[in-house]
Amino acid sequence: MTQVLDKPVQLSAPDSTAERTARRRAFLEWIAVHSLGVAAALFFTLPFVFVFLTSLMSDSQALSRDLIPHTWEWGNYQKVFDTPGFLTWWRNTLFYAGLGTVLTVVSSLPVAYALAKFRFRGRNPAMMLVISMMMLPPQVIIIPMYLFWAKQLDLSGTLWPLIIPMAFGDAFSIFLLRQFLLTIPNEYLDAAKVDGCGELRALLRVVVPMAKPGIAAVALFQFFYAWNDYFGPQIYASENAGAWTLSYGLESFKGMHHTDWNLTMAATVLVMAPVILVFFFAQKAFVEGVTLTGVKG
Amino acid sequence: MTAYTLRAKRRKAAFRTAAFLSPWLIGFTVFFAYPLISTVYFSFMHYDGFRPPTFSGAKNWIYVFRDYPYFWPAMRNTLWLVVVMVSLRVVFGLGVGLLITKIKTGTGVFRTLFYLPYLAPPVAATMAFAFLLNPGTGPVNSILEKTGIPAPAWFNDPTWSKPALTLLALWGIGDLMVIFMAALLDVPQEQYEAAELDGASAWQRFRYVTLPNISPIVMFAVVTGVIQTMQYYAQPLIAGKVASGVIQGAGTNFEPGYPENSTWTLPQLVYNLGFQRFDYGSACVVALVLFALSMVFTAFLMRRRGGLIQAGD
Repeated sequence: MTQVLDKPVQLSAPDSTAERTARRRAFLEWIAVHSLGVAAALFFTLPFVFVFLTSLMSDSQALSRDLIPHTWEWGNYQKVFDTPGFLTWWRNTLFYAGLGTVLTVVSSLPVAYALAKFRFRGRNPAMMLVISMMMLPPQVIIIPMYLFWAKQLDLSGTLWPLIIPMAFGDAFSIFLLRQFLLTIPNEYLDAAKVDGCGELRALLRVVVPMAKPGIAAVALFQFFYAWNDYFGPQIYASENAGAWTLSYGLESFKGMHHTDWNLTMAATVLVMAPVILVFFFAQKAFVEGVTLTGVKG
Repeated sequence: MTAYTLRAKRRKAAFRTAAFLSPWLIGFTVFFAYPLISTVYFSFMHYDGFRPPTFSGAKNWIYVFRDYPYFWPAMRNTLWLVVVMVSLRVVFGLGVGLLITKIKTGTGVFRTLFYLPYLAPPVAATMAFAFLLNPGTGPVNSILEKTGIPAPAWFNDPTWSKPALTLLALWGIGDLMVIFMAALLDVPQEQYEAAELDGASAWQRFRYVTLPNISPIVMFAVVTGVIQTMQYYAQPLIAGKVASGVIQGAGTNFEPGYPENSTWTLPQLVYNLGFQRFDYGSACVVALVLFALSMVFTAFLMRRRGGLIQAGD
């Protein structure tokens, strides 16, 4: 091979048989890989397409086996918004996800910073506890938690039992932020301290600007956690329709519109759309976050 | 430096550490340690939420393991999901990860399309699949029947309900794809070149170069997959509710597991016992079973040498 590379490439020269088979193999591989890619792409996108198409069908057509709408009923989306409660669910979801995200970031950041950059006894056990908390199914502790919030504090029928704990650090966010903060060289912090910065100032002035991508990833994950949460609202908000969130309300929406698959799918699109929209603006943060959770120790 | 200032300095550092950790210290105590201990306490009490709790010894434990009709179906389902769903997810995720590293044209578009389903909110995705796989009007069965393939009843058939859930899980593979992709791109290129010089076939290169290099990530995917299965809640519940057609709205006393107990999972048992039957004691027994299983796999995740997740650095 080296001999070939030493000579200038002769494009016009007749191919040797070996080269020709190699090129043909590369071409066939390209075809095979990209056909597989298209097949996979169909598997991943067709559900969205069918859901969207159904959301635009008339009531009767949605019950037929047609795949494509005869008439495009954009009014279905208006009907969804007119369903009593739907706008309230939006408001509640934004409130829960928004406030929850802010509280989570503010409370998890100093903890992650301490776990990543302070040397103290018990740091490794603390980290293990964080990971254990992260892996704990929420159902394990739900009975005492419910009794605590509902019977002692009388907060059932609201989303506060879900929001308040977020002011005390979230294990997954702490873990993710710590992974990110480990990648920030200590020299920056030492330099800040030589300049007379305290730890808190170093965190706010040096670490936060450098950790923006990590913070963005945590904020997104937390926002979508709350947006997608079904179990939490089911436990605490189910008795009061005024406190339902989109994820929880969507299921009951199917109950209200028993046979209306078109409206149900329109509502489904409306619950999916914001998440996907945000993704297009924040792709990097997402992918970075997913990678951080998995790979680098 | 005198001993006094050294001690003062140390005390200051300890105080500073405690201050930074304080949100989590409170959170850990109030929202983890206390409820966990309470769960153990309630598992030995009879408590319906109205009359004060009374000590009942091992009664709840015996009830859950021997008389509660859904416990063993849920355990069997969990085992099925761990074996089939988790392994298929890992294999498929790795396959899609490999595919995306091989795609040379339009990589960004493909990657985005493969990733998007992962973002779909689980409840919405489940509603969508309950519709897509609906035996009567769903597009999937329309297409299958047009092509002459006998179409299963999916979420309405106990033998197909878990495969249908698996299909839904495979659709949302985006996170695993990204993790595998990152790992695959990290495999040193020289090793492939060396293998190729030795005349290794594509399969041999995968078997002897790729796999050993990414095996920690495969392990990570398996263990986190198992832990996720322990938390599997909304999808089987919603799928069963929608497919059964009995939902009258949230809060209805729907017995999950439809069809024929084929979609019961352990977290659903906690809800059923605690919030539908008001038997908080027995719910806590299931919660502890769930806790024990989760912690076994979490310990495995942390203990393996090389650290799938390293606690320290």
